[in-house]
Amino acid sequence: MTSNQYDAIIIGGGHNGLVAGAYLARAGKKVVVLERRHIAGGAAVTEEIFPGYKFTEFSYVVSLLRPEIIRDLELPKHGLKILPLPSTVTPMENGDYLGAWDDHDLTRREIYRHSPKDAEAYDEYARVMARAAKAIKPIINLIPPDPSSLSVKDLMGLLKVGQFAANLSEKELYAIAKLATQSSADLLEEWFEFDPLKGTKAASGIIGTYLGPRSPGTAYVLLHHYMGEIDGAFRAWGFAKNGSGGVSGSILSAAKALGVEVRLNASVKQVIVKNGRAVGVALENGDELTSKVVMSAADPKRTFLQFVEQKHFPDEFVTALQNFRTRGSSGKVNIALSELPNFTALPFKGKGHDSALHRGAVSISPSIDYIERAYDDAKYGQISKRPYLDMIFPSMIDPDMAPPGQHVMSCFVQYAPYDLEGGWNDARRDELGEAVISTIEQYAPNIRKAIVGMQVISPKDIEAIAGITGGNIFHGELLLHQIFFLRPTPQWADFRTPLKGYYFGASGAHPGGGVMGAPGMLAAKEILKDGML
Amino acid sequence: MLQLKTTPFHARTSALCQPQNWRKWAGYFAAGSYEHTLDREYWAIRNAAALIDVSPLIKYVIKGKDAAALLHRVTTRNIHKMSVGQVFYTGWCDEEGKMIDDGTVTRLEETTFRLTAAEPNLRWLMMNAVGMEVEITEVTDDVAALSFQGPNTRKVLNIVAEKPVDELKYFRMMKNKINGIEVTISRTGYTGDLGYEIWMDAKDALPIWDKLMEVGGDYGIAPVGILAMDMARVEAGLFMLDVDYTSASHAWIEPQKSSPFELGLDWTVALDKPGYFVGRRALEREKREGSTWKMVGLEVDWVGMEKLFAGVGLPPQIPGMAVRGSLPIFVGNVQVGYASTSTWSPVLKKYIALAHLQKPYFEVGTDVRMEITVEHHRQHAPAKVVKLPFYEPEWKKK
Repeated sequence: MTSNQYDAIIIGGGHNGLVAGAYLARAGKKVVVLERRHIAGGAAVTEEIFPGYKFTEFSYVVSLLRPEIIRDLELPKHGLKILPLPSTVTPMENGDYLGAWDDHDLTRREIYRHSPKDAEAYDEYARVMARAAKAIKPIINLIPPDPSSLSVKDLMGLLKVGQFAANLSEKELYAIAKLATQSSADLLEEWFEFDPLKGTKAASGIIGTYLGPRSPGTAYVLLHHYMGEIDGAFRAWGFAKNGSGGVSGSILSAAKALGVEVRLNASVKQVIVKNGRAVGVALENGDELTSKVVMSAADPKRTFLQFVEQKHFPDEFVTALQNFRTRGSSGKVNIALSELPNFTALPFKGKGHDSALHRGAVSISPSIDYIERAYDDAKYGQISKRPYLDMIFPSMIDPDMAPPGQHVMSCFVQYAPYDLEGGWNDARRDELGEAVISTIEQYAPNIRKAIVGMQVISPKDIEAIAGITGGNIFHGELLLHQIFFLRPTPQWADFRTPLKGYYFGASGAHPGGGVMGAPGMLAAKEILKDGML
Repeated sequence: MLQLKTTPFHARTSALCQPQNWRKWAGYFAAGSYEHTLDREYWAIRNAAALIDVSPLIKYVIKGKDAAALLHRVTTRNIHKMSVGQVFYTGWCDEEGKMIDDGTVTRLEETTFRLTAAEPNLRWLMMNAVGMEVEITEVTDDVAALSFQGPNTRKVLNIVAEKPVDELKYFRMMKNKINGIEVTISRTGYTGDLGYEIWMDAKDALPIWDKLMEVGGDYGIAPVGILAMDMARVEAGLFMLDVDYTSASHAWIEPQKSSPFELGLDWTVALDKPGYFVGRRALEREKREGSTWKMVGLEVDWVGMEKLFAGVGLPPQIPGMAVRGSLPIFVGNVQVGYASTSTWSPVLKKYIALAHLQKPYFEVGTDVRMEITVEHHRQHAPAKVVKLPFYEPEWKKK
């Protein structure tokens, strides 16, 4: 019989919860991670939805997983392999395409084919973005200071940020200020003329937000996606072996090897508070666990508005959390295929084993207007008739994802609003699936007959299955007013909460989502610093 | 016109080699890589099935009543213990116990062996065969060889080969057929992953390549060049002649030579085997007295290195591939050795190196510093001595 007493209880067995658990256990603490589902991984899971076809159901690429986590927890020993996802191809409505390959000269010549001017601007744009990202990047590993606080610790933190700003050239400061205020459309239109290039770049500025490319603030999200770029070949960008479940699976295995207990089917009802301190949790099944600290790796709304009675928090904190934006805007369509969709813009012969297009991403983003129109539908509570799609073919990257000769395809689809007019049901889910298939069909006519099975995931499903309130893939939109020292609320962005002994380390905390693992790692480090264990 | 030789697979490899970055390997053209970046080829080794043309390997068939006796005399392994179908990895030494070369010995039949080598060794073999009843034939041009490496290779071979390879154990060889063509398949390689080497008559090379590529398509097969293999072999802790050690037969000075003990090959030196073998006395002495050098693994401390680069405002800049160049290793301000090959390890997300260190600094866990160049300035990055191999998947020997 396992004792129900722990140093630390972690609510939520997603990748951040597991990372936090592993770091605490590594420091010799007795840790339990509680997961409400029958499998760990949260939104980073891989499941065999149709026999033989593995779907990386929700999140599908690894973009920012911190390399120090990979090294500290020895994740390669536990099976982590991050496979390259080297290219992005944007098929065009006129039958041509735009390709971005993993070779710089190939890409430049490809853009040149469409616009010699853009081919040159592309390089300069990449440099400006990379420099801005480099300037901002160290902040990711910094515990966000509270700018209104006078405590020495916060002042020191602020000083560090200040130093950074001081080290920037005027040009860089200007670029960052622009990035922080502009829409991605405005930014990109300053640089480029070729629509598919602008569309594809703009798309990365709206992922996970409930905004369109013409909404101010989206330029920053572009930068956020550039963050991983500066580590060059040494970053952890790609598709994990066995999908995102491979990421959380390796963290789970590492955590267990470090002594973390992981309880599945252990849904948390409430955090137990005694004398103004979090001292344990009560499970839905009636069990009670006690601990010195509790950390939540759930989304901010569940963490603060569901697990803890609101009387334990200041009113303004509760209000701030109620106002925290977690509107899901994207869905996922996972497809099992008997053959690869053959894109007319870049067709393959035979079975497509050599098709460079299928080794990377295919983006349906022919122009900024296309995406903005997709957003127009969503603004008024509708599924985009012609959505933005980001597709990958996991079985072409990791052949073990599907039976030999068969394939799986992952389609990230935006927009699919959480607050769909009339609400989500099977018919509306089918409508989303149809919007995706009929969109792909325009570019790859054989798709429909190749479908063996299809899973459509709406933001409501993300909420129901992965337990993320609002179904937002980042646990909260990456908006300027929701990042850094504002994430999840001002004053409480350092992983601590107004409730003593209660910590918060998930994507809704600094520095945010993207299967980064940083919130979990940083929260664990702060817990250890506080010395309550 | 004087030209390098082409391997029996050249008709295929030359059509696939996009960057046309041919390397010279023992007088042959060898593809450096088939794509413009190494990522996919490297990961074919670690996650799928990599098809590597290793035909330039120098190969001898050693045949006759005294074939075993010759190899027993020349190499450090106990060849008399070897059964038919077994493969031994071995080095061979000069009389002073210093390595001349290394390769594999396969007992094809009771009195027939195949020996592979990095460099020509015919003269050395002949000298040692004086008075023996043995025939030594170089078959480098006659035997084409494919190294087929990666976790999916077994599945592919089970489809293309007449007999399944499930029972083929690590460092064993079997006779088999692909497309009705006779081949030998050995469970060997130079990557530290699950893998096989397929040996065939040179004239049969193309149909076998085609069959593997056709069936392998569903299993992520990729033609892989020697640059990606170089990264994998460092992760596997495997060294290379003329890169990580100098052959005793063409070293200019004594310190350039290495003993098998110094290269970490203790397990291949069968001092308990009966009779004389070349280098025996010197190796016995070294075993008794201990070695003064040892080849070890080094892991560069990423955070420490990052700081050095951050000092000039840069993220770490290291080559994304294996570098065959000597880098000094220090403890304090004293140089205690050198790294001979260093590489970024994509699977481990670490910067690693094969290094030669002096006693006592070669013990696992020793903190050392490796010279790196940070924006044209020489700096010392903190590093640690670790056990080799750096990476060993559980399926390598399973």
